[in-house]
Amino acid sequence: MSTEAPGASAPEAPAKGGPGRDENAAARIVQAIWSANTVTVTVLAIVAALVIGAVLIIISDPDVLATYGYFTARPADALTASWELVSEAYANLFKGAIFDPEASGSAAFRPISETLTYAAPIVFTGLAVTLAFRGGLFNIGAQGQAIMGTILAATAGFLIPLPIGVHLVVALVAGMIGGAFWGFLPGILKARFGAHEVITSIMLNYIAGLFLGWIIMQPGVHDPERTDAISKAVDPSAQLPGLLGGDQRVHLGIVLAGLATWGVSWLLNRSTFGFELRAVGANPDAAKTAGISVTATYTMLMVVSGGLAGLGGATQVLGTSYALSGQVAGNIGFDGLLVALLGRGRPWGVLWAAILFGALRAGGNRMQSYASVSLELVTVLQALIVIFIAAPALVKAIFRLRAARAARLSTSIAKGW
Amino acid sequence: MTVSTTLLTVDELAPGKYWTRERKGGATLVGLGLVAAVLFGLIAESAEARFTLSDDAQGAALSINGKLGAVVFGAITVAAGAGLLAGVARRWFNVLLGAGVLGFVLSFLCWQVAGSFMPLVDTASGSLDLAVPLILGALCGVLCERTGVVNIGIEGQLLMGAFGAALVGTMTASVWLGVVGAITGSVIIAALLAVLAIRFLVDQVVIGTVLNLLALGVTGFLYERLMQTDAAGFNTPPHMQNLRIPVLADIPVIGPVLFNASPLVYIALILVAVIHFGLGRTRWGLRTRAVGEHPTAADTVGIRVRGTRYLNVLLGGVVAGLGGAFFTLVSTGAFGKNMTSGAGFIALAALIFGGFRPVGALFAALFFGFANKLAIYLSAIGSPVPSQFLNMLPYIATIIAVAGLVGRVRAPAADGKPYVKS
Repeated sequence: MSTEAPGASAPEAPAKGGPGRDENAAARIVQAIWSANTVTVTVLAIVAALVIGAVLIIISDPDVLATYGYFTARPADALTASWELVSEAYANLFKGAIFDPEASGSAAFRPISETLTYAAPIVFTGLAVTLAFRGGLFNIGAQGQAIMGTILAATAGFLIPLPIGVHLVVALVAGMIGGAFWGFLPGILKARFGAHEVITSIMLNYIAGLFLGWIIMQPGVHDPERTDAISKAVDPSAQLPGLLGGDQRVHLGIVLAGLATWGVSWLLNRSTFGFELRAVGANPDAAKTAGISVTATYTMLMVVSGGLAGLGGATQVLGTSYALSGQVAGNIGFDGLLVALLGRGRPWGVLWAAILFGALRAGGNRMQSYASVSLELVTVLQALIVIFIAAPALVKAIFRLRAARAARLSTSIAKGW
Repeated sequence: MTVSTTLLTVDELAPGKYWTRERKGGATLVGLGLVAAVLFGLIAESAEARFTLSDDAQGAALSINGKLGAVVFGAITVAAGAGLLAGVARRWFNVLLGAGVLGFVLSFLCWQVAGSFMPLVDTASGSLDLAVPLILGALCGVLCERTGVVNIGIEGQLLMGAFGAALVGTMTASVWLGVVGAITGSVIIAALLAVLAIRFLVDQVVIGTVLNLLALGVTGFLYERLMQTDAAGFNTPPHMQNLRIPVLADIPVIGPVLFNASPLVYIALILVAVIHFGLGRTRWGLRTRAVGEHPTAADTVGIRVRGTRYLNVLLGGVVAGLGGAFFTLVSTGAFGKNMTSGAGFIALAALIFGGFRPVGALFAALFFGFANKLAIYLSAIGSPVPSQFLNMLPYIATIIAVAGLVGRVRAPAADGKPYVKS
């Protein structure tokens, strides 16, 4: 993995001045791994989440739980039953997400295809949240922006007849504009009136959801052949083309997501706007003194962030679901938030985190159908991973890691309302 | 300084400005009133609008011609707005603003109900039922925020409460043990919030959001694994019976709404009073506010900042758990996946709209509950006004409140800032 997250590829330097400085090289490596760097914490966070998930699987299975009733008499029963239950669930999670040894031919790519399909929209929303983070804003409104993105992208996709190629671009741009407008509102409210962006964008999330529920049922949008709440399907000319052909679902969206990651990385680190937004994020007062317009930066930042989230929504509706329904955007906005935290504010980190989340989701589907363990477990795992990532001190305490590079691990962006 | 005077606005500090909070509010009211009187008045059907005192179309009713009502009540709104614009004394602000909003709502109702009827008792008790979880959720928010901990996780707490009530209530076949289960579920989330925010200094907005997802995942997972496979064993909680207060319940309209209600309704209303009094008049309240406004100063005089915060966040968990219990033990007879569907965020909206004060939160929650009930009623009578737009009302109102378009809401000074003893 040459394009590993910059934060994650940091050299694993051993803590200086630790009490037991060993001469032995092997011991030094062990010590280095066991010191709390970002890779170790991330891996241990995933392990800890999987362990808690396993406990949930066991306690929610009455048959296995019953074997614990005579645990002292025959402990092997309980342990074997638990192991079988958990290993079957997690084996299916892996097979559905990465590789299925029993599949042959093109079906062998299905898990990866599914993983990337689920990852694509989350990359965009994750980047949206990350960009806002770096400017000192918490864009909890990515969900609403993604919903507006789906609405505009889909309506452009079935209302405007355009030739192939142009149509897709127009639909994507429409989605971006929808999200950008929904990001502009909290941005301008913050810049002009000082309203906290978290409060306003939570409210805008729900307004967007209700608006979606209304617009689906309007004549011209609603599918006349259906009675339930679903819109017409997007024209084939506006759909994101598949990459592998056949019935593999992976589409152009993941390529666009990679490009977007590169673009955001460039924007953050190489452009004037990126410099300004990082300055504002680090210290708004100092930035103001240096001549940067904080209000303009906040507004512009939310517009760009919203546009990215809108693109995420557009990717979802043009690449996967093709029609608007009440749940068309799923949970991609909030998943983007988790992914941004997991990616530690770095665009390439977000890409990998999104692929991890996509993998969990794709594997979760298989786990549900083959091991009959509910897909909801994936939500639990995702939330737990992020809790451990957000509180590295917790992971350090649980696994008794050595304190090292602690400053890097802090995720403090706390500013209150 | 009492609780009710902590709401300062920029406008009040700069008395020379012409466009004060009062005048802005007045201008808004005049605009709304004109819309009501002209637009609603024009399209309203010229037929009786009956507000019946019973549950059906029959019986005693307050009735008015729909067109006339829309115009008259719209005019009242215009008058209230004009009063504010003219610069009537500041102490009349709340009264005039209230009258103006009430006039607008009544004008809207006259337009909608013209030629039909609206059962008052059903509307009022329905609004109250929808408002109870909001009141309790918002009170949880008051406890947390006033002590300096931002709580975005109210939604998750309500959801865990609802789940706990259904699970424990079914397994023990006891309503009150169900309530205990609800409190336990909600306190688990509250405890996680407290430990991660206070001890591990994790950003409070981040952790609240993540805890919501955790609660959604855990309840959804256990629901599918346990409750869907064996509903009789895990998801048929007993129903909490209404508690009828003798004599008082016989008063028309008010009686059946307020005095023949679920015990949780009484608890919610009592808690509003208790927390209002507690925050303003007791040692605990003074300490809570001190910790929420200026933790360093509080620490200097020997108040345990972290201890106070832990206590209040956990108390908030207890209160939110009661709100969660309302969903499964009173409103619906069973738990459903994501059944709170955003009520926690409306509670958050009520908390902010109510200015972080218990009584303000109560009225905001009642208003939002009414808007919600009205949306249900209007879609039932086939109104042309889409129910989605009425349901947007709490969110739009909150945005207006935090943007300070009509009097800015001010959060406790140290809200969301973890305290690290130096």
